Amino acid sequence: MNPTPAPTPTLPIDALETVYDQLAQAIDQAAASGRTELFLTKLALLNANALGSAEQFQQQLEAALRDL
Amino acid sequence: MHQPTTTPRPSIYYRYEVFEPWLPSAHPAQERQKVVIVGSGPAGMVAALELARHGVPSVLLTAELQFSQGSRAICFTRRSMEILQQVGVADRMTAGGLPWRFGNSFYRGQRVFRMEAPHSEDDRFFPILNVQQQSMEEYLHDACRAQPLIDLRWGNKVVEVTQQGDHATMRVDTPEGEYTLTSDWVIDASGGRSEICAATGLQMEGASYEGFFVIADIRIDLPLPTERLAFFDPEWNPGNTVLMHREPHGIWRVDYQLPKGETPEQALAPESLKARIDAQLASIGHGGLPWEMDWCSVYSARTLTLPDYVHGRVIFTGDAAHLLPIFGVRGANTGFQDAQSLAWHLAFVVKGLAGPALLANHSAERVGAAREIIDEGGKSTRFMTPPTQGFQLLRDAVLSLSLSQDFVRPLYHWRTSRPHEYSHSALNDPGDDNALFTEGPAHGAPPRNVRLGADDYLLDHLGGRHGAGFELLYFTQAAELPAALREVIDAARARDVPLRVIAIGAAQPVAGADATLADAEGRCRQHHGVSASGGAYLLRPDQHVCARWLALDATRLQAALNHALPQ
Repeated sequence: MNPTPAPTPTLPIDALETVYDQLAQAIDQAAASGRTELFLTKLALLNANALGSAEQFQQQLEAALRDL
Repeated sequence: MHQPTTTPRPSIYYRYEVFEPWLPSAHPAQERQKVVIVGSGPAGMVAALELARHGVPSVLLTAELQFSQGSRAICFTRRSMEILQQVGVADRMTAGGLPWRFGNSFYRGQRVFRMEAPHSEDDRFFPILNVQQQSMEEYLHDACRAQPLIDLRWGNKVVEVTQQGDHATMRVDTPEGEYTLTSDWVIDASGGRSEICAATGLQMEGASYEGFFVIADIRIDLPLPTERLAFFDPEWNPGNTVLMHREPHGIWRVDYQLPKGETPEQALAPESLKARIDAQLASIGHGGLPWEMDWCSVYSARTLTLPDYVHGRVIFTGDAAHLLPIFGVRGANTGFQDAQSLAWHLAFVVKGLAGPALLANHSAERVGAAREIIDEGGKSTRFMTPPTQGFQLLRDAVLSLSLSQDFVRPLYHWRTSRPHEYSHSALNDPGDDNALFTEGPAHGAPPRNVRLGADDYLLDHLGGRHGAGFELLYFTQAAELPAALREVIDAARARDVPLRVIAIGAAQPVAGADATLADAEGRCRQHHGVSASGGAYLLRPDQHVCARWLALDATRLQAALNHALPQ
């Protein structure tokens, strides 16, 4: 039997759609005061802390840097 | 002809003495010296004092006729004080200094981080002591003057160094012209603008940061405790950082970062200084208080080191060997550790007790320390003066989050200078019990101070006026040292290896030990992780641990001594 990697929790589609809208609206809200980048950087730090893994965060950085 | 200024430097609180230059015509022809030290700053003077403790004479050359202009280095760490205790100036530093252990970081009027430096009852010295550099130089200079093995020459500027195999030759310029000085060894402790280092073409490795800081000393009566204050992104200086420290003599140090694009000349214009210092005082609620400027300068952060401090017969030390960022008080504090390390390594080579491998070890250990500082100081510097857009965004994000999120607040804590642990030193004994200990300073670590009684600490009894060399801390309740150990100790001394034995744990003097500490409460034993008689620590002449044993025997002591003195 092949070892299977531990399942990583993912967002169900309806929750992902909610996040999609929330994030878009929050970016617009930050953009209104010209602070989009600052907002996204804060968000990334909060998420990294919630993730609790520098290694997984590095993987996310690599995924986000792809195909820019 | 070298003509250093004879006008006392201006200061509103410190009276500069102008010393007489040393003139070659007033002295007999110069013999070849053992050691010449270039530069009488903190590193140069500590090197000279430590060499003298080891019985090695030196000539200390200094181009100027006065101590350092302005307060410059003001924060001295506990380990620096322990080193200064070794050269006999800790009491004067303590008497004239302001101790502290708390640091505060502010953003948008809120204290977002409070640093509390550990301070236990076993520490004689506070984590940090604030003393102006010229006062510290005065104390060291008085100690040098009292030391017959130090030949201090004011107004002597080295203009050229050439090497000839087993010695170096210097052209030294004085107010009456040049003379030639030869020496087996030359220590370049002439600071961050070393012309000797520049002339060799040696390149430092590392990074330079663009942000400029103004450093200004003002006299002002501020009703604030002696704590470090750091203000991030204040309204009057958006995006930049301001630091404040209390100094003795009613002086406050105000450091502030310059807006991008501003030149040091613009920043030091009196009207610019006044407007900004007034704005900073207003922002902390003390606008309108009268103040007076003493000294100001401009600083930019660099994290650079030579990759090797020994170049033939010339050895670089202190800022001549590396340039370290101001954040974390790493200049003079590192220089003291460099000088203490260099002095014993060089003294043992000069005295023929070890071969050139010992000097290579000095360089490896201190370059390693500089690289560790560069790694740590680089992090602090990237927070204080973000070098790129990415670092700027992250810093700003942390400032913003810190108002509500605890987890980012420790990022405000720039690591303060601490003594490097030579964990992988070639001098550490591979055959001892280091790995079996659960307490106490490990291989390469600096010594652990222990309170023995009222105003009485372990380090008071080591080195310093008691002697210079290796020290064996031997934990015992017996009346005498084992005969086999005494044979090894006597044999080492017969080869002129300086070795003191401090017996710890016996109420009566232990025969064969140079000193006995009762350690009545067992605190020293406990802090060193020693549970039974016969445990021991071997300290190098810089007090760092090179071997420790749960049960010492003669064979293993001999092996450790052999290992610590490579031929």
